[in-house]
Amino acid sequence: MAKRAILGLVTVGLVVTAAFASFYVVPMERTMGPIQRIFYFHAASAWAGMTAFAICFLGNLLYVWRRQQNWDWLGVSAAEVGLAFTTVVLITGPIWAHPVWGIWWTWDWRLTSTFVMWLLYISYLLLRTLIEEPDRRALLSALFGIFAFLDVPLVYFSIRWWRTQHPQPVVMGGPGAGLEPTMFKVFFFSVLAMHALMVLLLSERYRLEKLSVAVHDLQREAEA
Amino acid sequence: MKNFDSIFAAYVLGWAVFFGFYLSLGKRASSLRAEIEQLKNSVNRGK
Repeated sequence: MAKRAILGLVTVGLVVTAAFASFYVVPMERTMGPIQRIFYFHAASAWAGMTAFAICFLGNLLYVWRRQQNWDWLGVSAAEVGLAFTTVVLITGPIWAHPVWGIWWTWDWRLTSTFVMWLLYISYLLLRTLIEEPDRRALLSALFGIFAFLDVPLVYFSIRWWRTQHPQPVVMGGPGAGLEPTMFKVFFFSVLAMHALMVLLLSERYRLEKLSVAVHDLQREAEA
Repeated sequence: MKNFDSIFAAYVLGWAVFFGFYLSLGKRASSLRAEIEQLKNSVNRGK
């Protein structure tokens, strides 16, 4: 309980500080103006979402290899949390795009691959609702999760491999890319804050999965 | 501030997703806890 409270307090502290810094510490971006401040929320959420999907992939691989329930719990928990972060990315992206590009959405590589990633993980969760038997559900969804993860590197590299409407990478983008030093620091602080939030949500979701397994076990005991 | 409405909407909607998800976790956990109590009682009655 104390660990959860500490994690919660640290996360709240980090996200509030990150939000404050993105409005009051970073300088105004010359081309886009104040709207660019959405970047610290949008891109940091995208990174945390992709980390959650990488954790899901790890859980799926380990389940297929070891067939231990806890890896299935990790997989489904990380998929749900990653989906929450990607939903935020898909909401904040068009809100940022509209004043800057003059359009809400375009089917370019980055936007389309992100939307496909979102649909793939929704399918992963839907698939789990269709299979009653726990071991079969865990195995089939782990195999589907491994397949779904193929899209995650595509999302990351899409703006490096193809010229897209979405801006080219400003972080780890190679020569010519880069951020003003204060923007860079605040961006990485925002990434840290969003990762703390991701860990908090993931641990809560994992506890929920353990509880639902306890319910399932008790139901079987009551029926026996 | 220019584009204040868009910035405000992005932050409010984004945080609404996180809060909504967190609240749904809490709601699902409390309903599972209630179910566990109920099942424990019925298992104990059956013994």
